[in-house]
Amino acid sequence: MAQPSVNNGVNVQALLDAREALKNAPAAAEFTWRASCKWKNGTHAQSTVRGFRGLGEEQKHKTEFSFETDHPEIFASEDHGATPVELVLVGLASCLTAGVAAVAQNRGIQLRSVEAKLEGRMNLYGILGIDSNVRNGYDDIKVTFHIDADASKKDIEALVAQSQKRSAVYDIVTNPTNVTVEVV
Amino acid sequence: MLERGEVANSWRRERWDSLRLLTPNWQSRLPGYPYRGTDPDGFMSMPEVVEHIAGFAAAAAAPVRTHTTVTSVSRGDDGYRVAAGGGEIHCRSLVLASGAANVPRVPQLSQAVPAGIECFTPFDYGNPQRLPAGGVLVIGASATGVQLADEIQRSGRPVTLSVGEHVRLPRNYRGRDVLWWMESSGVWSQRYDEIDDIERARRLPSPQLVGTPEHTTLDLNVLRAAGVGIVGRLSMIRDGCALFSGGLANQFALADLKMERLLDTFDAWARGDAADIQVGPVERFEPTRAPAAPRLSLDLRSGEIRSIVWATGFRPDYRWLKLPVFDHRGELRHDGGAVVGAPGLYAIGLPVLRRRKSTFILGAEDDARDVVAQLAGYLAG
Ligand SMILES: Cc1cc2nc3c(=O)[nH]c(=O)nc-3n(C[C@H](O)[C@H](O)[C@H](O)COP(=O)(O)OP(=O)(O)OC[C@H]3O[C@@H](n4cnc5c(N)ncnc54)[C@H](O)[C@@H]3O)c2cc1C
Repeated sequence: MAQPSVNNGVNVQALLDAREALKNAPAAAEFTWRASCKWKNGTHAQSTVRGFRGLGEEQKHKTEFSFETDHPEIFASEDHGATPVELVLVGLASCLTAGVAAVAQNRGIQLRSVEAKLEGRMNLYGILGIDSNVRNGYDDIKVTFHIDADASKKDIEALVAQSQKRSAVYDIVTNPTNVTVEVV
Repeated sequence: MLERGEVANSWRRERWDSLRLLTPNWQSRLPGYPYRGTDPDGFMSMPEVVEHIAGFAAAAAAPVRTHTTVTSVSRGDDGYRVAAGGGEIHCRSLVLASGAANVPRVPQLSQAVPAGIECFTPFDYGNPQRLPAGGVLVIGASATGVQLADEIQRSGRPVTLSVGEHVRLPRNYRGRDVLWWMESSGVWSQRYDEIDDIERARRLPSPQLVGTPEHTTLDLNVLRAAGVGIVGRLSMIRDGCALFSGGLANQFALADLKMERLLDTFDAWARGDAADIQVGPVERFEPTRAPAAPRLSLDLRSGEIRSIVWATGFRPDYRWLKLPVFDHRGELRHDGGAVVGAPGLYAIGLPVLRRRKSTFILGAEDDARDVVAQLAGYLAG
């Protein structure tokens, strides 16, 4: 249980209360996340998020958040933003990092610093259609955490393992997801 | 007592040929009926288990009506109405002791297995010779999965083992059987109302253990060394392709860490309460070695795989229990064996019913004493 002196800025009690409440309200636990994307020019696009659905009703972020995506100049692009595949790494990194903080708070571990470095290996023969045996996506993603905390190495390893176990993006990346794309 | 088959029916009819208990003989004690044979540290074969339990039934002289199947239990005046063996019994109180493992649990996604692949469960598997020649995909790496993967691989059929959440244990620790530690250190006696997350504890898979005369450990490193291919949790079958999770390394990390925490608990007990008990030096085990690039997909139509064994667990079968006593998952709602919303109705033999050892043979005694005390109180009150 959380020790009162430990503060990672996570309100674990609120999370535990929500878990209890949702246990008896399965419909409220059904969430829908949304994003929209507008083409700018070339490979440059702008995506935004604002509204989502959860707890049985429409919800929204305090403000709209926006993300520029593009490709670097070596792809003959203008480099207005991160590549979409880098955003996938960003999603994974931030999900695991937030998970580390939440699990640490719940286990009474004070964090001093958490840094994650991510590397995803990809062979362009896939997206370029040069070799049909090469997949488009990442062959392999490596996450390296540097964590400074009041805990043993074993406890920190357990923290990171539990964060993966509970991470939505980790699940999305490691397991197939059914995707339907329509034109209307 | 109503029994649809013979005494020890599940051990007679629902196990595979080579199975031996994973609990040592001395742990197969029943109330007032210890193991009396010559090999206390050995592991019983199925005929031996049947003999042991039938021996207890005879010694206890319990009034068992065999070949009497219960087909319905419903609310009656002041109690319950039980339809069984063509007759009806009225009772004020009733104990569900029908077992935690009546049917193999097979996930929905099995319906997408392409034609031409033969599917087996632990109930119809029997022995490797019943499987077609060729590759075998074993789904699930708990006690059943690791044992079947091992013997199928030995039969000359190359095995791929799909590994999700699992519980790793060495057979021996510091010179004693690991289940001696589970019992003696008190871990197995931990009560259901002292466990932080009881729902999780009740869903915990069985440990990767096997009972062999050589007391061998059967973890994933051992299976890999024997040539078994290790892949992640089966997450989907799409267009005839089995797709496996890329989260294998974390499954290993979770199981290794959990095992080490358990061994730490044993060590603390051995230093403290058990300081006068003779045990060997502290040991630590090699981490589970992750394949460099585990396969993420397997084309089930390529001919590489000829059969699939679903070692994905078991569940109780309560189709005859016609009472509103189930939660949204279809699981019996009970508090330490007292069924919620059904006064006088009790259960026994379910996972962590009252203690961590509740589903093991040696767990029956303490739970039965507690549940019967409650039942007697109910009848007296
Ligand atoms: C593969 C496997 C291996 C195991 N290995 C071990 C081990 O090594 N050591 C250990 O301690 N435990 C082991 N267990 C756990 C084991 O199941 C329990 O220890 C023990 O058998 C539980 O006894 P029980 O009487 O509660 O249930 P069961 O043995 O399942 O007995 C339930 C009885 O109820 C009868 N029944 C069910 N429904 C009806 C009905 N509608 N009408 C009439 N009768 C009915 C069944 O025929 C059966 O005889 C194992 C379990 C499995 C599945």
